[in-house]
Amino acid sequence: MIQDKKAHMFGMVIDLDKCTGCGSCTVSCMAENNIPFKEDESNKKDSLTWMRVYKVSNGKSFPDTQTAYLPRPCQHCGGKGDHGHSPCVTVCPATATDYGYDTGIVSQIYTRCFGCRYCMAACPYHARYFNWWDPVWPEGMEKYLSPNVSPRMRGVVEKCSFCYHRYQLAREQAYYNETDEIAEDAYQTACTTACPAGAIIFGDLNNPSHKIHQIVKPDPHPDPLNHDVVRKSRNPKVFRLLERLGTNPKVYYMSEREWIRKLGDSYLNGEWEKVKNHYGSASHD
Amino acid sequence: MKVDRRSFLGLGLGAVAGIAISPVGAKLTDDSSIWTQNWPWTPVPPDGKISYDQSVCTLCPGTCGIKVRKIDNRPVKIEGRDSFPVNNGGACLHGIAGIQYLYDPSRVKTPLKKNNGRFEPISWEDAISLLAKRLGKIRENQSPDTLACITDTDLGSVAGLFRHFMAAFGSPNHVTMPTLESWLALTAQTLHGSGHTLGFDLDNADFILSFGAGFIEGWGSPVACFKANASRKKRDAKLYQIEPRLSTTAAAADRWIPINPGTQADLAMAMCGILLQENLFDPEFATGFKGGLNRFNAMVQQKYPLEQVAATTGISAADIKKTAIAFAKAKMPVAIPGKGRGNGAQSLKEFAAVHTLNCLTGNINKKGGTFVKPVHNYLAFPDPVQDTVARKGRARKKIAASVQELVTKVNQSDEPVVDTLFVYNANPCYTLNEPMQAVKAFEKIPFVVSFSSFMDETALSSDMILPVSTFLERFEDVPSKAGLASSVVGLTSPVVDPVFNTRSPGDALIRLAKACGGTIAQSFEWDNYETCLKNLVPGIWKALSRDGYALVLQASPTGRVETDFAFLADNPPTIQLQGDFDLTLVPIDNMRVISTVPASSPFAIKTVSDRVIKNKDIFVEINPQTAKGFKNGGFVTLTTPAGSAKVRLDFNEGIMPGVIGMVEGLGHWFDNKYVSGKGVNVHELISPVIEPGSGLDAASGIKARISKA
Repeated sequence: MIQDKKAHMFGMVIDLDKCTGCGSCTVSCMAENNIPFKEDESNKKDSLTWMRVYKVSNGKSFPDTQTAYLPRPCQHCGGKGDHGHSPCVTVCPATATDYGYDTGIVSQIYTRCFGCRYCMAACPYHARYFNWWDPVWPEGMEKYLSPNVSPRMRGVVEKCSFCYHRYQLAREQAYYNETDEIAEDAYQTACTTACPAGAIIFGDLNNPSHKIHQIVKPDPHPDPLNHDVVRKSRNPKVFRLLERLGTNPKVYYMSEREWIRKLGDSYLNGEWEKVKNHYGSASHD
Repeated sequence: MKVDRRSFLGLGLGAVAGIAISPVGAKLTDDSSIWTQNWPWTPVPPDGKISYDQSVCTLCPGTCGIKVRKIDNRPVKIEGRDSFPVNNGGACLHGIAGIQYLYDPSRVKTPLKKNNGRFEPISWEDAISLLAKRLGKIRENQSPDTLACITDTDLGSVAGLFRHFMAAFGSPNHVTMPTLESWLALTAQTLHGSGHTLGFDLDNADFILSFGAGFIEGWGSPVACFKANASRKKRDAKLYQIEPRLSTTAAAADRWIPINPGTQADLAMAMCGILLQENLFDPEFATGFKGGLNRFNAMVQQKYPLEQVAATTGISAADIKKTAIAFAKAKMPVAIPGKGRGNGAQSLKEFAAVHTLNCLTGNINKKGGTFVKPVHNYLAFPDPVQDTVARKGRARKKIAASVQELVTKVNQSDEPVVDTLFVYNANPCYTLNEPMQAVKAFEKIPFVVSFSSFMDETALSSDMILPVSTFLERFEDVPSKAGLASSVVGLTSPVVDPVFNTRSPGDALIRLAKACGGTIAQSFEWDNYETCLKNLVPGIWKALSRDGYALVLQASPTGRVETDFAFLADNPPTIQLQGDFDLTLVPIDNMRVISTVPASSPFAIKTVSDRVIKNKDIFVEINPQTAKGFKNGGFVTLTTPAGSAKVRLDFNEGIMPGVIGMVEGLGHWFDNKYVSGKGVNVHELISPVIEPGSGLDAASGIKARISKA
């Protein structure tokens, strides 16, 4: 793990009780990152949506059924023990995806990618998408493309970058202002700023003054039961997806509803009952 | 030369060594990797100076402030504008996708005129003079009232200019589409007298009782509602949702109370009865009641006994009572009417009954309550100059009070009742129930002029299209509506020059008026729309142009308002669902699909779930219990008295047994491969039913059945 105190650890917490599933984050992401669209986008396996909103249900029958929405960007995994060996990074033969030890962001370099899609197979969150076709915009629409993000070509994999170009802009701005600090609101992802419900909170998990740090309260110690799992939240309402895999995502979810928290992982019979009450890490109380 | 084994191997090895040493291989590999990384067909967006323009989104009645990021002169991204009184940062997906509308494949790029069933381009000058000539003939024939006009709303200066034109021309036949705002205004007018409308302080209310309003699915001003909902937990404010299916709002609510479709009005009446009987109404506020509170009370107790309403609505009597009491005992309760987005077919009885609950609690014109607001007219229109023809025509009887009625009258009459029809920013050929009736009526009307940005169903059914600029290309004042507590006017300003040969609707109308000459031209003495707008809003122009918005009512209204119960005391009938099939089809409002004008953007359609649209087929929500004998995901034929359609079944535990839900806003048939031809327009399966009290369509559903496809 990087010991440099200055290293950032950008992360996100999404309040599933505030999320209305409106899709603003998805569209904001598509508009920000030059994501194309096709005539038919109903095959969700080839529909490029870096930020995808899933609808989840408690599985009960009428009238006890309950539903909620779960937005899923790239989880920016730190890998086992948070050493930067994210599932996708370790399998990439082209170093087209890499772990940024100074930001905690998992990058994707399109021009290096040759489309083997190992990373897609390795990703437990289906956060990666393959460009089966070249992007085509209807006549004139390419005029709205942003110069900050290069449009991708067929044959490469793409995914959420935590709007890395916004980080670059914020860094340039900080350099221009002759400061070292990047203020919390100077670097926010497109989905965060778009969310009309304010359900997404983005910031530096390493910075105690950032809102995300205060909500997530990341545990400085590894999980005593599973040393691969670090940065576990000490907030009992906060969870991560498939946390016990040890992928150490930097995207956290928050809900007061137990059934939603339980959906964060696959539990064997009785397992949930054991963990649900000391959900955060064992050291949190 | 003899090739033996030795020389063969020698040559072979030599070749291998040669190839290995030669730079050709490396060069070719290098070239091919360079070549494969050249993608000339992938656009490289040009870089430039970043700037931000402020404007207001007009895609829905929400009135959200937006900021548009531009690279040099290209708008690249829309985001919510911070410190705007309505949305205060944040925007919905449709607003964010707004730039796509600039270059939408279905945009009308130049004025078009239909010749022998085909649209042909025509210049603005020719189009205007042709239209002016036609209008001149109508006036020569002393029948100016055969010009009719449909606009999306009657608020704001653009709708005002259409109204002004109709007045100067001499026709009383200006009708507007039914919106949440028009329903709220009608409700306020019925209960509190004309010139009022309703606003809800949902940011502060501590108990929201929603009678099917898609509170976080596009009802009212969506972003403002999302924010009010997000702060509920912190404020400890409750939300109860009463509707037949587990909508997103119901799922987010503290309680979801499933109710039989179309019985919300009865429930609200019964709840009024409970409040009156249990003495849970505000006696101080009751002193402002007119028109027989006692008569209303007696009627409610007699016609809406709890047990009977429990049977009609499918909610237990105990539950109704408990909910009514919880509502009445809350400190700041607000009941909100309007199913789904609250536009289109709704019931005045239901709106009035729900608002009566608000009146009874006395939480009117108070923080966290319902505001009975005066409709503030901030527009200083000069009196139209009218000649004798105009005055005579204006005095004639209105053909219809609503768009629905206009369509019916045109279709029923043997003679042409309307000679020329203007349609602005409305798509009745798609949004009305039984929209093909509107298409038929439009065919029957000799000349239909569509002021439209897009080649939608209504534009396709018209004879001339005057293409108007989108909200990113023009000025417009946007008054807040749709139940917002504040009274704000926002200013939409052009962030980019018109991409195509389009004009602002105001400019088109001013030019048309000038071409008509005479008193009509005298009524439109402005040079262009921009100067017209400045002249119309003298009091607030300074604030508008400086801040992008102006508050027209500084403070929320206070004090008691008079409430007249006469309408409800007469017990207007509840609209029954048409048909005698066993199931009920109801439209679903999905936040990601626009059901009015304009149609959804490609980005919005991309986000739609594959349990709503798969390939070209639409799914309908149905409870597995109801769909016994059918397969989840299987095709069925859905039949209603209005028609039938092939749909797929989405087994869904979140919908009442016996109810089928179909998403609104799909099944477009204009030319746009990203948006059109997907699914079915639910309104084609629903027949209009006119509610006696309002004279408006109140069919919020219809009886249906499913059979093997």
